[in-house]
Amino acid sequence: MSTVHVSYNNIVSALGFSTDEVVKNIAAGHSGLKIVDDKRIFQESFCGALIDTEKLQTAFNKLSPIYQYTRLEQMMITSLSDVIKNSGIKLNERVGLIISSTKGNIDALGNDNYFDEHRAYLSKLGNQINTFFNFKNEAIVVSNACVSGILAVSIAKRYIDHGVYDHVFIASGDVVSRFTLSGFHSFQALSKAPCKPYDANRIGINIGEVAASALVTNSEQHLSEDSVIVLGEGTSNDANHISGPSRTGEGLYRSMQSAFKEAKISANEIDYVSAHGTATLFNDEMEAIAFNRMGLSKVPLNSLKGYFGHTLGASGLVETIVGMQSLKNQTVFKSAGFETSGVTQPLNVIEKTEEKKLQIFLKTASGFGGCNTAVIFKKSK
Amino acid sequence: MLESYKIKSYCHIEDSQLLLNGQVLYADQSKAFTEFIKAAYKSENTKYSKFFKMDSLSKLAFLAADVLLKNQNYTDEEQDIAIVFSNNSSSLNTDRKHQSTIEDKSNYFPSPAVFVYTLPNICIGEISIKYKLNSENSFFIFDRFNANHLKTYSDILLSKNKAKEVLCGWVDFEDEKDYKAFLYLVSSEGDLDNNEQEINKLYNI
Repeated sequence: MSTVHVSYNNIVSALGFSTDEVVKNIAAGHSGLKIVDDKRIFQESFCGALIDTEKLQTAFNKLSPIYQYTRLEQMMITSLSDVIKNSGIKLNERVGLIISSTKGNIDALGNDNYFDEHRAYLSKLGNQINTFFNFKNEAIVVSNACVSGILAVSIAKRYIDHGVYDHVFIASGDVVSRFTLSGFHSFQALSKAPCKPYDANRIGINIGEVAASALVTNSEQHLSEDSVIVLGEGTSNDANHISGPSRTGEGLYRSMQSAFKEAKISANEIDYVSAHGTATLFNDEMEAIAFNRMGLSKVPLNSLKGYFGHTLGASGLVETIVGMQSLKNQTVFKSAGFETSGVTQPLNVIEKTEEKKLQIFLKTASGFGGCNTAVIFKKSK
Repeated sequence: MLESYKIKSYCHIEDSQLLLNGQVLYADQSKAFTEFIKAAYKSENTKYSKFFKMDSLSKLAFLAADVLLKNQNYTDEEQDIAIVFSNNSSSLNTDRKHQSTIEDKSNYFPSPAVFVYTLPNICIGEISIKYKLNSENSFFIFDRFNANHLKTYSDILLSKNKAKEVLCGWVDFEDEKDYKAFLYLVSSEGDLDNNEQEINKLYNI
């Protein structure tokens, strides 16, 4: 089995349209979260991280599109285009495409949407992106709630290990829509102020939008400066509740065990944890329990939801990319919104952005349906 | 060296029929989905009150999985069965229901009980809860049944020891008349080969 790396990558977000720009903003302590009062999006004001529409159209139009594309397609194509170009990889039959999204073009269901309702089918999203770049293989679309983005990395590695592909491009994305805002609002899960993961005063999530893309490859000839080796990965279900996390963190704990077993390393070799940290009471508490069971309570940990909001099916990938940048820059980033611990188990939540020696990091995510995914990464060079 | 895996058992629900290994367990073609699935559930004598709270996609997936798994004579020990599902319409049937509650600002009544089902993998959660499966799970979307992907992904999970068996297949709920579940169990034992041709043959039974 060859070594599989996550290499060239891009983030299109409220904090910028390239990984470098986004990470500079995070390092400077800037958040993409804002109070949005726009009745066209949602009837109440909310706190979220939105991509600037004009900036998006300018960036997308540079790619000379011939047809009409939805906002999400524009985001994902703009992001993926940057990664394909920088990687220099020719899209032949050894190259796969994985799309991860929870809701895709769900805004196409709305009466006021320009696009036909059929555009809401996720396979159509896959086809649009596939056709734009002329991939030789059909897109594999993963829609597994909020673990989708990190699960896509697992699946890419598995396909490469199995010999199906040499390279897999992943494009992850979700938009802020009335559909998701109204749903989370009905759950009373939205915070009107910037979210505060793991904090004593956390009251809920912010929704954000991001398109993130990355190359996963077995080729040492196609490694970026920030590339990482995928040491191990695993997914596990809580088997407990469809919308509430397990009280014991069972699924998250087991997904980490599976990743550690494959990586053949122990918990004390982890230098940094990029956690899920949605800032709901139950999620953050569940994570604290699972990380303690795994012996990770002292490892520097953050949630990046305070910078991007919860970007649903893209969150796992965008947070992985920021983790790769942490390793490259030997810097851990402050967990925005955190002041006083509000979980019952000890966690080493990162309180200020600072330099640190980093070789290996763990990325985790958890979502509705009881799903949990953990992936362990090590600096490639 | 890659081991070759087998299909142990399979289940279909479509056209108001419930079949296990190709044999009809229950059929009533006078009924559209909502009535049919309740009647099929009752005929199976599964006592599980949560069933009635599920959306249509989850009811479809749950009943097909339940029929398959309960006929396997598993011991009480924990089972390591991964769940790998796929479909074309994701959770769009329920998505449209949620959309209809938010479309009109003067008649706005979104419900968490509906919204929670606006993700395709919720049905995997429902099955995992019933059968206490703390296992690998993933939901994939394709515009048509993709035997090649299911075969590859189940081979990967089994050969990497990420699971002992894989419950996989297609569960699609477009509307009351247009739905289909075809689930099968991949294992190291069984009578049928887990290859693309066989999977396609079973899908089209």
